[in-house]
Amino acid sequence: MRTAIVGIGWSGFRPSVPELSFTEMMYEAAVRAYEDAGVDARRDVDVFVSCQEDFWEGIAINDEFAPDPVGGVMRPTVTVAGDGLQCVGQAYMMIRSGLAELVAVEAHGKPSDVKTLQEIYELALDPQLRALKPGNPFFLAGLDAVAYMRRSGARREHFALVAVKNRRRGLRNPRASHAASIELKAVLNARPAIYPLTRHEIAGFTDAAISVVMASEQKARELRSEPIWLEGIWWSTEVGSGSVEWHEWGSMPSARLAAKEAYRQAGLKDPRRQTDFAEVEDRFSFMELLFLEELGMAPEGAHKLLESGYFDAEGSYPVNPSGGSLSLGTSFEATGLMRLLEAVLQLRGEAGGVQLRGAERAVVASWRGVPSYTSAVAVLGR
Amino acid sequence: MEIPGKYVREEELRKMKGVIEYVPKAKYSYSAGQALSVFLRGLKEGKILGKRCSSCGRILLPPREFCESCFSPAGEWLELPQTGRVETASVSYISAKRGKLERPEIVAIIRLDAPGYRGDEPEFPGIFHRLCGVSEEDVMSGRVFGARVRARWRPAEQRAGSITDIECFERW
Repeated sequence: MRTAIVGIGWSGFRPSVPELSFTEMMYEAAVRAYEDAGVDARRDVDVFVSCQEDFWEGIAINDEFAPDPVGGVMRPTVTVAGDGLQCVGQAYMMIRSGLAELVAVEAHGKPSDVKTLQEIYELALDPQLRALKPGNPFFLAGLDAVAYMRRSGARREHFALVAVKNRRRGLRNPRASHAASIELKAVLNARPAIYPLTRHEIAGFTDAAISVVMASEQKARELRSEPIWLEGIWWSTEVGSGSVEWHEWGSMPSARLAAKEAYRQAGLKDPRRQTDFAEVEDRFSFMELLFLEELGMAPEGAHKLLESGYFDAEGSYPVNPSGGSLSLGTSFEATGLMRLLEAVLQLRGEAGGVQLRGAERAVVASWRGVPSYTSAVAVLGR
Repeated sequence: MEIPGKYVREEELRKMKGVIEYVPKAKYSYSAGQALSVFLRGLKEGKILGKRCSSCGRILLPPREFCESCFSPAGEWLELPQTGRVETASVSYISAKRGKLERPEIVAIIRLDAPGYRGDEPEFPGIFHRLCGVSEEDVMSGRVFGARVRARWRPAEQRAGSITDIECFERW
């Protein structure tokens, strides 16, 4: 039995959305998604799934705020503390099991509401080890980037190239509020923010809400002539962030394992040849290259392919044709769905200024961000 | 029988190595949004504002931009009467950790005299607030239930656009 994405909607996609509360953003995204799918949330949707985390919200037991704005009152709502793509995985299981025919997934983030973000990040570290106070949790990305350089032979210039590619690409995407017309030299000459990365290579924050409507094969065919099929999805966590020493530095095994299972479900043997583009993690520039390797997209070395323009929008295998997180920004647990949204619009031929020609199948890969070692991978097809 | 070992108080236990005390520094600036911003502005002006669902007609108080029951956008604003009846009330003597409060808190749900409501609906436009001029005995004896109450406002110059612009609900 296949599973499909039959509707998608969004709200925000700006660094700050002061005029709307997070529930109003959720409502706006949900209304658009249900309209897009042609369903009545109160009548047709069997289960609602929401990805969120209390400390991002500043509201304890925020799960209780989840049902109202998505039409889930008095119905089963499942909240998951994880990236939005993990919620899509939950919906996938419910539909595959036959328990639900129509599931609504939402994730939202309002980083502009959080005034002490650094201290909130600190709360994510093991309480017994917080006393070190290393400035900010992005140091974890710096450590991974340096380890990745040593392992792969990639240089700072390659990371900067990713930032230029994605930030410039985003100029064509109306949702990419962090897009910029930057030159390689400007990225390289900027002072490092977290060595070896400059501020241009670290994604900004965005307020966003995204809703996705998922359906069983039969239901999908009733609703749309051309649904987007979710051919596979999986996720995994490597080590708890309390034990960063145990992470496999310069690698992301959680993405590798998630991809392996998602590809198996989708029947992919050679993901780069069997798919047309990818939306992959790039909230730190080097992550794009690291992820491409972990996703099995670059046995030759991702930085070498990047250098040759292989991953450009006009190249052999476009990577982050939306502009990626470097252009779109990150939005806590909504980040993965921001990327799923771009992939769905792309496959539908509704990507506007960033539309690729003839894209039939895509890989979406997201990471939960520092300080986490959780990744999710999805395969979508027309 | 005497049990061997050393007896410790909780404070002593908490001071031992292996117990870390940590005060989270968490600060947020919650966007009130379209509906609650108007509600809070109304409080500053001494008004209780609600929204009516354009689909089912129920009055949403506290107001929202959408009716969660119909999942449709809420419609017109309306000013609600500042009087109502005590739907339910309680006295609290303890904190969440079961510590003793310095003075008991008397809190209630007020069913406002909203237009179009009979007064016995299970769901109604209401406000959660403190009661004043009501004794612990009034609550425990049940006398307070159904009592007619009205909003007692802070002086206009002290109002900040907050639910505490209403000091409490008092009997009248």
